[in-house]
Amino acid sequence: MRICVQAEPFDLGAESAAFAAGRKDMGAIVTFTGVVRDLADDPLEVMEIEHYPGMTEKALEQIAADAVTRFSLGDALVIHRYGPLKPGEMIMMVATAAPHRKDAFDGAEFLMDYLKSRAPFWKREVTRGGADWVDAKDADEDALTRW
Amino acid sequence: MNVLYFAWVRERIGLPREEVDTGAATVAELVTELRAREERYDLAFSDLTALRVAVDQQLTDFDASLEGAREVAFFPPMTGG
Repeated sequence: MRICVQAEPFDLGAESAAFAAGRKDMGAIVTFTGVVRDLADDPLEVMEIEHYPGMTEKALEQIAADAVTRFSLGDALVIHRYGPLKPGEMIMMVATAAPHRKDAFDGAEFLMDYLKSRAPFWKREVTRGGADWVDAKDADEDALTRW
Repeated sequence: MNVLYFAWVRERIGLPREEVDTGAATVAELVTELRAREERYDLAFSDLTALRVAVDQQLTDFDASLEGAREVAFFPPMTGG
């Protein structure tokens, strides 16, 4: 299990390949990547991501450990960036490895649902019109009830 | 007590962290003390349903005890991913 909280970009191909390499007992590897999405009516200049150093790593480790236990994952990876990011830049990725496909997909979805509303990150969108903190969506909180 | 603020809570209060001399037994008591200080605190804490709290880097609720706690953080609902 590896958790990285970093300002620097990550290499999706290299991370995915390294995560998948050398496994003989894991039949399924799932990766998910989150990308900064531009806004349709008010072009985004930058997305700023703030976090709580110390708590962020602990929260992500706990969420990943829960996912590993719950879905019998062979391994899990979470990389999440902070700082100013431009549209099109990769914000984060998760990867899961499991003997079978369903657990790998479910593990990745569980990781995403929990890290969206339980890991201390906050997004702020800066456009020409001004800057606004992104509000948490009720749907994100509701997503946790399915687990 | 080391008190930390993030995102718009930090902006409203005007600082990221401060050392607070408090005898508060719970998070709610600490909030009451902070709100009595100045209007900017009162405004930041005016709607607790819009806030989340962590004690020693663990998410908890406003009824939580502060016994033995070293760090309390206040912030809006998280928006990671």
